[in-house]
Amino acid sequence: MARPLIQSSPMPGLGLSFGITLAMLSVIVLAPIGALVAQGATLGPEGLWAAIDRPRVWAALWLSFRLAALAAGCNLVLGTALAWVLARYDFPGRRLVDAAVDLPFALPTAVAGIALTALYAPNGVLGGLAREIGWKIAYTEWGIFLALLFVGLPFVARSVQPVIHEIDREVEEASATLGATRLTTLTRVIWPMLMPAALTGFALALARAVGEYGSVIFIAGNIPMRTEIAPLLIVIELEEFDYDGAAAIGLAMLTISFALLFAINLLQIWSRLRIGHV
Amino acid sequence: MSDTALNIRPHAATTEAPLARALLIALAIGTLGLFVLAPLAVVFAEALSKGLGAALRSLAAPEARSAIRLTLLTAGIAVPLNAAFGIAAAWAITKFDFRGKALLITLIDLPFSVSPVVAGLCLVLLFGANSTLGGWLVAQGMPVIFALPGIVLATLFVTFPFVARELIPVMIEQGRTEEEAALTLGAGGWRTFLSVTLPNIRWALLYGVLLANARAMGEFGAVAVVSGKIRGQTATMPITIEMLYNEYLSVAAFSLAALLSALALVTLILKTLLERAHSGALAAGHRS
Repeated sequence: MARPLIQSSPMPGLGLSFGITLAMLSVIVLAPIGALVAQGATLGPEGLWAAIDRPRVWAALWLSFRLAALAAGCNLVLGTALAWVLARYDFPGRRLVDAAVDLPFALPTAVAGIALTALYAPNGVLGGLAREIGWKIAYTEWGIFLALLFVGLPFVARSVQPVIHEIDREVEEASATLGATRLTTLTRVIWPMLMPAALTGFALALARAVGEYGSVIFIAGNIPMRTEIAPLLIVIELEEFDYDGAAAIGLAMLTISFALLFAINLLQIWSRLRIGHV
Repeated sequence: MSDTALNIRPHAATTEAPLARALLIALAIGTLGLFVLAPLAVVFAEALSKGLGAALRSLAAPEARSAIRLTLLTAGIAVPLNAAFGIAAAWAITKFDFRGKALLITLIDLPFSVSPVVAGLCLVLLFGANSTLGGWLVAQGMPVIFALPGIVLATLFVTFPFVARELIPVMIEQGRTEEEAALTLGAGGWRTFLSVTLPNIRWALLYGVLLANARAMGEFGAVAVVSGKIRGQTATMPITIEMLYNEYLSVAAFSLAALLSALALVTLILKTLLERAHSGALAAGHRS
């Protein structure tokens, strides 16, 4: 016998809670995304391809995904190290650093954007130092990378930190007793335990970085073909009332993002299976 | 002699060498300092670069005041709606067994993996004057895009999962037995919710509302697409920051930015206090 759609339960509020949930989900999330998909459907595959297959669009998509992957990759390493330091070491100011990790979550992106630009522009404090050695940060790809590093910083650290707290120290002792060096213990025993959570954080940071707009546009310089990110191109197309072009780029971004998230999900399942606890 | 004997292994087998520790700590402090604390300091330094008086005057300007009013109004509408949704969704997901639960959770989380700009684009395609629905709404005198409803919808989209995500793990952990006991003892549905469930989830609810509010007041990308950036009418605080910044009105832009940064700092402090005082009642430590 097939399982019923909803199992009967003495709990009250079935209609109300499902009503609110499904109504709001539909109006706020599903209907708008449906409108995007519908716009793509009316364009048809050829129309979509024609709207996407332009050098400026390819350049923007390539820039967005390449720098997002790079920034999320750096955050994977940096975030794991940060989580380790915060979970395991004690040092003056640890609590301040711990609280500061969440600042990129709490700080509005436009604020982060103008602040990073003021700091890393050639006439800013750190940008000026970089210029001394001939390194231009703001208004180049470096600036975009920096902004994406900023917005993605908390994701890996916050995903990994609770897992480090849960690690049984006896595992490390056993590894050391069996003659493993500390480095071997870290890479062969600890890292496999952290990897699923680190990948979750990586996926979140990647998704965030791909779509990031506010913190990037101020520091990017926004030169077509060179420092123009895909979300900005959507905004430009919308300002020119080219809804088809905007929808095509939006759909392309969604499709690539979901494909990447799906791949990361598979990697995660594989890494969980490999270490044996689900 | 015994001291040297003990010092053969200068550090325990389950930690890193002192040098590695020092380097990692330096990396952590350096990263946070360069990328997080320095930008924050710059916001306040730029805002106060012409003195406190100039900063305060720019905040009292009509443009800034209308932006502050609009941002407060938007968050005032969007955050309670978000909280209501979060409670309803968490109740539906944790109190009932139904097919498609995983799908529902995935759909609630969906806004996290959609670019805010794409979210705005979706709203424009659905409610913009060019669409069937949008055209009809404009004819009824209820425009959504380039007006307050669009800004609220965009804000709701980007903050959608915040409260639900905090509540679901907490309510899963608490199970249904307390509610079942209340029902058996004759309490009605609302009474059970208000006097049994709500006290159990209040700190997690507050935590989620806090995060949703910070995001609601600071959202830029999604709102930028739907607001139309009409001065004094549809320009929220972040939008006004962009306009002032692009007009090289640095003090005015950074003063508003400082106000939003102060909000972010208050949010962080409250969040840290909540985590410290009520860690057992929050989902933060169980997330993976």
